[in-house]
Amino acid sequence: MAEPVLAIRNLVKRFGGLVATDDLTLEVQPGELHALIGPNGAGKTTAIGQICGEITPDSGSIRFDGADITRLSFAARVKRGLSRTFQIVQLLDNDTALENVALAVQAAQGHSFRFWANARLDRSITDPARALLAQVGLPEERARVRVSDLSHGERKQLELAAALAPNPKLLLLDEPMAGLGAAESLRMTEVLRALKGRIPMLLVEHDMDAVFALADRVSVLVYGRCIASGRPDDIRADPAVREAYLTEEDGH
Amino acid sequence: MRERVLLAALLAAAVALPWIADALGAPATTGVATRIAIYAIAAASLNLILGYGGLVSFGHAAYFGLGGYTVGILWEHFRLGEPFLGIISGTAEFLITFPAAILVGGVAAAAIGALSLRTSGVQFIMITLAFAQMVFFLFVSLAVYGGDDGLMVRRPNALLGLNLRDPATMYWLSLGVLVAWLWLMGRIVRSRFGRVLEGVRQSERRMAAIGISTYAYKLAAFTISGMACGAAGALWANYARFVSPDMMHWTKSGELMIMVILGGIGTLLGPVLGAAALVGLEYTLSGITEHWQFILGPILIVIVLFARKGLMSAFGRWGPGNG
Repeated sequence: MAEPVLAIRNLVKRFGGLVATDDLTLEVQPGELHALIGPNGAGKTTAIGQICGEITPDSGSIRFDGADITRLSFAARVKRGLSRTFQIVQLLDNDTALENVALAVQAAQGHSFRFWANARLDRSITDPARALLAQVGLPEERARVRVSDLSHGERKQLELAAALAPNPKLLLLDEPMAGLGAAESLRMTEVLRALKGRIPMLLVEHDMDAVFALADRVSVLVYGRCIASGRPDDIRADPAVREAYLTEEDGH
Repeated sequence: MRERVLLAALLAAAVALPWIADALGAPATTGVATRIAIYAIAAASLNLILGYGGLVSFGHAAYFGLGGYTVGILWEHFRLGEPFLGIISGTAEFLITFPAAILVGGVAAAAIGALSLRTSGVQFIMITLAFAQMVFFLFVSLAVYGGDDGLMVRRPNALLGLNLRDPATMYWLSLGVLVAWLWLMGRIVRSRFGRVLEGVRQSERRMAAIGISTYAYKLAAFTISGMACGAAGALWANYARFVSPDMMHWTKSGELMIMVILGGIGTLLGPVLGAAALVGLEYTLSGITEHWQFILGPILIVIVLFARKGLMSAFGRWGPGNG
């Protein structure tokens, strides 16, 4: 087997007495869409936080693209090609959709110690930004709308576009469907399906329809521990998983 | 296009101001306008980090004062004929003292910024204030350069045969520097660097998410801002022919902040309006009563409460200044 894009080994994170990540070991293979599921409070967001570098693990290691990145900052990891989206979108609310993606494109082009030319008129920034917006399905006429005036679903799309700007080697998606309506959720699923195979992804998601429609592999997190990992059908059939999670989800 | 015409008209009026003032029999206006122009440079430079970068520096008078003292100290050594620290000979050449003041402002801002920018929020406000107070007390205790009493600069610097003692000449020089600085700032805030600064203000987390480590950008902006403040201080030393620790007192930092907020935070021309309003109000109100601050206070409160972009709100879509 080829070397995994992302390899997490024995990751531990405690918050006081709570063990949020309990000896987590996880891999994302090249080209794979790996879904991470689990009930609320299972430590999924904490895991994503450690992978992207916003939270420092107490022990364990994270290898990405053949190098140990455990001690690198969030920004440094993004520069290496590890891109993410947030459960609660983090965008520049005063800027337009296009400006948000344009800034991400600009950042991907290298340093920004350029003080002279007008960045908003720079086609080498705005053209790729427009292409990215099209790729995630945000209509042309919404490009010039301020983020604060965009719908929740559009913001989710926009954040994905920004995450794609650096041509990432891995996408961490923290609940891209959260808060989306049925139609929006379906559209997001299609966008992700189009990206699938080209960019490896680690998808944290509560929407089981989306997870089972997209994932090549599913890992189940309960109380910070990975209790099962395998093909979607096997996971669906796994009694321990049903016990811990799926029955509860079916309940509503 | 209409904006350009309006700006050109505004500039023409500003250039013609000394003649108009003389014609109206109010020559003192030129001096007031010079003060406004100089403070506008300092306020605009504070606005670069406060308004665009969202970094609340409460010690910007330090760089203003350091710029002033650069001119003052170089003059003092020129007068005495003995070199500063035994190596740098004094001078009264504006073309040397002015860049020197910019350099001193920049170096000080780089050093203070390098330490302060490791913090954020209220800590950042307090630490920039603390550093400015350190500089203030340093100059209070420097008896060689007048200490508390300050330093007289008997003759303004020499600049290409211009007479800087003439109020109109001094005014045009200050106006020229102001216009040049605003033009430069206009380029900076629209550039890639400016976009990063804008992003820093709105969300540090988003900046990390696109792979930008913000520290170096914030430090560069802080340094540029200190340089422009140093330039303003150098002009002030030539205008007032006097420098004193008052130039870097924390209340002066507060005044600069008021100018920015009053005029329109994060707008290009806002600080100019703010400086004009504050200096103008001080000049007029202090002519009416010595308790003029009692009148000024409520006016400031009303403007800040009802106009989010300060006086620039009155200019409608000009407001944001980044259209």
